[in-house]
Amino acid sequence: MSIVIENLTHTYMPGSPFQATAIHGVSLTIRDGEFIGLIGHTGSGKSTLIQHLNGLLRPSSGRVLIDGKDLFAKDTDKREVRRKVGLVFQYPENQLFEETVAADIAFGPKNLGLSPEEVDARVRDACAQVHLDYETFKDRSVFELSGGQMRRAAIAGVLAMQPQTLILDEPCAGLDPRGRDEILGLVRELQRTRGTTVVMVSHSMDDVASLVSRVIVMNRGQIAMDGTPREIFRQGEALRAMGLDVPEAARLAARLREKGFDVPEDAYLHGELLEAIKRIVGGAHA
Amino acid sequence: MLKNITLGQYYPGHSPVHRMDPRMKIYLTIAYIVAVFLVKDLLGYALAFLFLLFMARVAQINLGFLMRGIKALRVIVAFTFIINLFFSTGDTPLLSWGILRITREGLQNAVYFSLRLIFLVMGTSMLTLTTSPVVLTDGLERMMRPLARVHFPAHELAMMMTIALRFIPTLLEEADKIMKAQMARGADFESGNLLARARAMVPLLVPLFVGAFRRATELAMAMEARCYRGGAHRTRMRELGYTRLDFAALGVMAAFIALIVAQGAFVHVGL
Repeated sequence: MSIVIENLTHTYMPGSPFQATAIHGVSLTIRDGEFIGLIGHTGSGKSTLIQHLNGLLRPSSGRVLIDGKDLFAKDTDKREVRRKVGLVFQYPENQLFEETVAADIAFGPKNLGLSPEEVDARVRDACAQVHLDYETFKDRSVFELSGGQMRRAAIAGVLAMQPQTLILDEPCAGLDPRGRDEILGLVRELQRTRGTTVVMVSHSMDDVASLVSRVIVMNRGQIAMDGTPREIFRQGEALRAMGLDVPEAARLAARLREKGFDVPEDAYLHGELLEAIKRIVGGAHA
Repeated sequence: MLKNITLGQYYPGHSPVHRMDPRMKIYLTIAYIVAVFLVKDLLGYALAFLFLLFMARVAQINLGFLMRGIKALRVIVAFTFIINLFFSTGDTPLLSWGILRITREGLQNAVYFSLRLIFLVMGTSMLTLTTSPVVLTDGLERMMRPLARVHFPAHELAMMMTIALRFIPTLLEEADKIMKAQMARGADFESGNLLARARAMVPLLVPLFVGAFRRATELAMAMEARCYRGGAHRTRMRELGYTRLDFAALGVMAAFIALIVAQGAFVHVGL
């Protein structure tokens, strides 16, 4: 499934003093099976952009094509689109409402009109994907869970729709490092094992560095950079000018290079930097 | 969808109306309400409409923005219209169909009552559109100050109102977000019969209430942490005071009411 965004512009509250254009003429193609990190400073238009991908926001101008079909054409079934494109909002635990975890996760599949057996199967499957043991959690109240568990239950609620494309808006916001690793781990697993296309919105380079195959940087409502992580993380100066930064490892690599050590210019993963350092240290001892 | 609610929303600006003392604006709004109730016929409403146009011009508020407040109330207006149309007593039938009967008096009442509602909403939203919630409650608190002698908790009440008003946009934003999140999970808020729609609200209302209670606890904690103790001995950043602007506005309102009364009397004599 491909998503093509053509010259998209979105203006909030046009004609009032609160008028604000969040996105200016963005064009973008999301190909099947990609893992994209969508990065940008607060207010850069990331969240507005992704809400167009499943028809929650209507563009002021421009088009969104899903498999070549205009998302905002009159005959497009929005529910069908929302089944294909799953969207996990920021702080998704705030949308939990059912009495039990299982019932909450079942909300999406039930809305699709699936049979009770199919709904049940999907709830079990979604629980497994987010590492919540079905038997332990199914009858618990959603309000009794820990922060990280609530977050995972909420993500399971979207996964149970079995979307072909999954969009996550700051899925790690407000979690401790362990919760963060859990979420990133399960997203990676999902993308690898099921081939789901993933778009992950973040303002943290470190969250996306080791996961994604493509990084899109947004700034002031426009796409500032689009490329592989290696291409993007080379441009430390430009990123800093936009209030962003390169991942920790790339930062360290740059400082080592400044001191005259022979570290590859485009290193940004912890692993490759570690290799380079080992080589230098080993060379010094030899 | 929730962005259409103008009632209680502040429209920032620096017009003369924005700069008026909030107390004067409140008094004049009450005067306006009385004036609208004094209007007896269509010519009177035409006068009131001209007055509103003039006010919108002075306050530099887009008329379309003022109209949006009514859009949110269209159901209530339509309800008022229908109830009056069919259930007013009168004896000049225009149409009758089974037990339903439309009389001349009924039609007249329906039109007048609906217009009255629309004019009340448009005029009073002028107050909230030109006065930020904080200033508005400042004004109210000051107006209620004499009641403190009879141990009326004026400050506490004003603070509660400030907080309530402050959180309206926050809650709307939150509702919008939760609604979208549930729509992303295939929820449908827009179709089905009344019962289905009411049931569809549960996934919206439960998280909204949970969030509101959480916010309230956090706010109470934050206020206590900054030693908030309520009314007595608090100084304020903005002292209120009437200026020439306020008296000019008073004059304009007096002229408007005089015009309405005179027009009403004229029609009465004319009959």
